[in-house]
Amino acid sequence: MSLDPVKIGFIPLVDAAIPIIAADVGFAAEEGIALELVREVSWANIRDRLTLGHFDGAHLLAPIAIATTLGLGTIKVPLAAPLALGLNGNAMTMSPPLFEDIRRHMAPGADMADPRATGAAFRAVVENRRRNGDEPPTLGMTFPFSTHNYQLRLWLAAAGVEPDEDVRLAVVPPPFMVDALENAHVEGFCVGAPWNSVAVEYNLGRILHLGTDLVRRCPEKVLAVRANWLARNPELAARLVRACVRAAEWLDEPNHREEAARRLAAPNRLDVHAPIIQRALDGRLPTGDGDEIRACDSYVLFGADGATRPDPRHARWLHAQMVRWRQASDDPAGADLAAASYRTDVYDAALGRDAPQQADDPLGVFTD
Amino acid sequence: MSDRDRPLKIVLIDASPVRAAIMEQGLRDAGHTTIMRITDHVNLLARIYAIDPDVILIDLENPSRDVLEQMFQVSRAVRRPVGMFVDQSDSASIEAAIDAGVSAYVVDGLKRERVQPILETTISRFRAFAKLRAELEQAKGQLEERKTVDRAKGILMRAKKIDEEEAYALLRKVAMNEKKKIVEIAQSVITAAELLG
Repeated sequence: MSLDPVKIGFIPLVDAAIPIIAADVGFAAEEGIALELVREVSWANIRDRLTLGHFDGAHLLAPIAIATTLGLGTIKVPLAAPLALGLNGNAMTMSPPLFEDIRRHMAPGADMADPRATGAAFRAVVENRRRNGDEPPTLGMTFPFSTHNYQLRLWLAAAGVEPDEDVRLAVVPPPFMVDALENAHVEGFCVGAPWNSVAVEYNLGRILHLGTDLVRRCPEKVLAVRANWLARNPELAARLVRACVRAAEWLDEPNHREEAARRLAAPNRLDVHAPIIQRALDGRLPTGDGDEIRACDSYVLFGADGATRPDPRHARWLHAQMVRWRQASDDPAGADLAAASYRTDVYDAALGRDAPQQADDPLGVFTD
Repeated sequence: MSDRDRPLKIVLIDASPVRAAIMEQGLRDAGHTTIMRITDHVNLLARIYAIDPDVILIDLENPSRDVLEQMFQVSRAVRRPVGMFVDQSDSASIEAAIDAGVSAYVVDGLKRERVQPILETTISRFRAFAKLRAELEQAKGQLEERKTVDRAKGILMRAKKIDEEEAYALLRKVAMNEKKKIVEIAQSVITAAELLG
């Protein structure tokens, strides 16, 4: 049997696990697909190579898929997300001096896992620096259209820190985040796994928050394809969705975590030590603050709790973040287009499942 | 001086110094004089804001591309908004550039006819560089192959007490019989010799 070739671009991150496992454990081949994965160095490359047709699909930041569909800052090419590549996986990490500075400014008895409490302390740090005539902190995030950007802004704005005035937000590609912290180009960052744990491992950073402290079910990456590719290859797309869902279910098995970490660690995949990757899969992250370990079963979600089913309410929330931070105009048609790019129908049809009962609150944002 | 005549400030961001030099020469030949090269990614945005270029060219192997994308934002930090040919009619240009391995960012409002020749020069230089690199790789590969064949010939000459010509004829005959390349047979001879010590 000859396999149908499908080429997918990815960035070295733990949430690229679904396509990596689909390709490397054989779920793609079981669906008659020769899945070729291409590691890329920038989100902009992945976006352009997807829109130009070099790639059939991409491990893509969900907000980029929406921005490209709407033509924000790039050529307008309608994309579709027939599958979410899981949920969550981010964390906020601060340099040890900034982490200590935040701790010093915490209200007595306040919980370091409470983003309102740490936000207030961070605001005090920023105000203190301003009074002393010092530079405001620079925080790293991965892309203007990224949940990392929005999570940082959510945390800052809730504490009354104006993200575009009181601090600097700088784009740093995920694999360079730890370097940027070491070279003091940033004093903290929000990035996906495994890069927070890499910073902790080298004693360059302390994890201040898991992404789940801010948003309990946060959209992250999607499997993005061109809308016209999906229209022309409905049957192939359905097989791709099934292969990915199988991979996600495989990833959910705790006794597969060691093998998953080993496979993700490969030089042509993430090229990071397997035990550091496994911290994310186990949802047990040493924070670097003494012996503290933050445990969270939903730190990164693959197949569990319907995490692969693209939820149009997530797309609407991401569009609302773009509007809030002046990346998109406040246009209901834009929000509708964003929601329509999440192809729940394609997902349900591929799996032959009825639409499941959905939770009332798809996100769980800490400010709501 | 009208905007038409003002020399354009061009920034080249390329991790390959050789390619950057080739590009710079190409742009100078085309009459551009204000060209700056950046080869690392330290404080990239701050440096670009300080230079305040009209056109930024960056190689696609460069992770700093995502840093440049921040310039699209309508943020206080950006003095002059930058776009990457957001006009749909430019999609052919973008495709040619991406195929060649380069991307361009251009300050808003710059006339397209001023940018197009720069992009064309860049694309042709990128292609020339890629061809050069492919030829170099090929030459390197050929040299390696010749070394392998020479080693195998030496092993055969010693083991079978034959001369160089006979050794080569033997390799060629086996290669033809097994429908393989001479270098593959030569490699098996070397591996076998290593195993048998």
